[in-house]
Amino acid sequence: MNKAGERLYNGLVKENPTFVLMLGMCPTLAVTTSAVNGLGMGLTTMVVLALSNMIISLLRNIIPDRVRIPAFIVIIASFVTVVQLLLEAYLPSLNQALGVYIPLIVVNCIILGRAESYAYSNPVIPSLFDGIGMGLGFTFALTCIGLVRELLGAGQFFGMDILPDSVEPIRIFGQAPGAFFVLAGLVALQNFVKESRKRAGKEYEKIGSGCTHDCMNCKDSDGCSKRFYDENAGGKAEGTKQVKTQENAAATGSVKTRNAAAGNAKTGNTDEEGR
Amino acid sequence: MSELFKVSSNPHIRSKAATNSLMFAVIIALMPATGFGIYNFGPRALAVIAVTVGSTILTEYLFGLYKKKLSVTDLSAVVTGLLLALNLPVTIPLWMAALGGVFAILVVKMLFGGLGQNFMNPALAARCFLLISFPTAMTSFDCDAYTGATPLAMLKNGEPVNLLNMVTGHTAGTIGETSVIAIAAGACLLLVLGVIDLRISGSYIVTFVIFAGLFGGHGFNPSYLAAQLSGGGLMLGAFFMATDYVTRPITIKGQYVFGIVLGLLTGIFRIFGPGAEGVSYAIILGNLLVPLIEKYTMPTAFGYRKGGVRHEK
Repeated sequence: MNKAGERLYNGLVKENPTFVLMLGMCPTLAVTTSAVNGLGMGLTTMVVLALSNMIISLLRNIIPDRVRIPAFIVIIASFVTVVQLLLEAYLPSLNQALGVYIPLIVVNCIILGRAESYAYSNPVIPSLFDGIGMGLGFTFALTCIGLVRELLGAGQFFGMDILPDSVEPIRIFGQAPGAFFVLAGLVALQNFVKESRKRAGKEYEKIGSGCTHDCMNCKDSDGCSKRFYDENAGGKAEGTKQVKTQENAAATGSVKTRNAAAGNAKTGNTDEEGR
Repeated sequence: MSELFKVSSNPHIRSKAATNSLMFAVIIALMPATGFGIYNFGPRALAVIAVTVGSTILTEYLFGLYKKKLSVTDLSAVVTGLLLALNLPVTIPLWMAALGGVFAILVVKMLFGGLGQNFMNPALAARCFLLISFPTAMTSFDCDAYTGATPLAMLKNGEPVNLLNMVTGHTAGTIGETSVIAIAAGACLLLVLGVIDLRISGSYIVTFVIFAGLFGGHGFNPSYLAAQLSGGGLMLGAFFMATDYVTRPITIKGQYVFGIVLGLLTGIFRIFGPGAEGVSYAIILGNLLVPLIEKYTMPTAFGYRKGGVRHEK
């Protein structure tokens, strides 16, 4: 189950959907007025993400390539409907606070992105953990943003007043511009930490599944879904992972996995030079 | 024909003006308004000014230390701090004033690359930041010297205003905006020194007057128009903030367009908006349009056709 742990780490830190991949910005900016809202939104998304990743991974050999996006959306929308009905029944206040952003999870690009780039070409267990990891990363990010905005914009910590009345909260942080300020600040902070770790010579892992090509001039006619998540992982890890992917290909016997592995071997060199 | 010509590369015409000499001229020109503000509102105004100027200088200095590129000697931080203070009510808590100074320099100026790279006027951006963050503290102009609404708010409610007091500056308002005479004195100095010209300020004021005359509901009534002109931050904004070298268009045609845009926006905000004042929002919104204005007003270079294509024989 080493793979599961790796997926969790990947989602939480290495490829955090909000701070690193910059996906799902609309709910990130809109609902994080308080820490509780951020937490609720993140956990809701995580449930949908994990379940839809699992189902899509199970169905990956059945879904025809050409209609995969509609198929993903049907699966995701089913889960969103389930989750929304559950929220309405058991957490009506949270449902009220998140409002239209719950149904909008259907088109959340983190979920579609993970379905397309990971679950559609990987086995079930890693896909499930990929969903949980990404969801936890999203939750973590949203809670952080919500915490800072709530503290600065309303002087509260998870709904409790912690600042004395004499200190007036900076209201702009509770409004739309504040969301941008806090997000930018937190992204800058984590980049700063990463850069200083890199400069200190500590182990610094490159972003694994993020493809380094620009999508405009992508020569890969198969598209991102056929790529392996760790094709750019680089360094010593590459060799072992390469073998692993080959094994996977053999094990599942799926044609597209093998294609991807071959494509991976081909593009590996140029990617390294490109960096 | 044996005369030798000196050959050198351009630029051939140089000016002795440097950033800090221009900034120094602006500081001197702001002195009448600053002095009148302190005289009008008392020593507390001096404290607000000291805090904002101090916080802008300190922020610029610390950021310069971090980036190993000290830029604090160009005096632009002093101008930013001073302009910010002149745009604050005298009763503002001092920590809010300091926060505004830090925001102006750190977020609006330094994070975008320092002086010359800021896309909007730092002092006005900080004022708007404070206005959104602390709406009560930023719009309460009750102090020891004056109580009640600003002349502009009274004008908006249809109450009579004392035009003479508005021109001399004996009214409620932010520290530096009240006295038209003091601002005009500083503006004249800048005009004489050639630091600013009337392209932006003139087209701004003329456009605003026409707009207020057409839509203000009082027609071209001289006393109403004069009250609109001398109330609020219009004079301070038109001469000291709209003309900021960094955030105005560089093309001459563009400067007229910029002034007209500012006049229209200010008119819309003042007459149709919920608040009485709209100069600061108009100017920072206009700042955002500057790249677009420059793009459409870029003059054609000699020997080129419109659109930058070289003439072919």
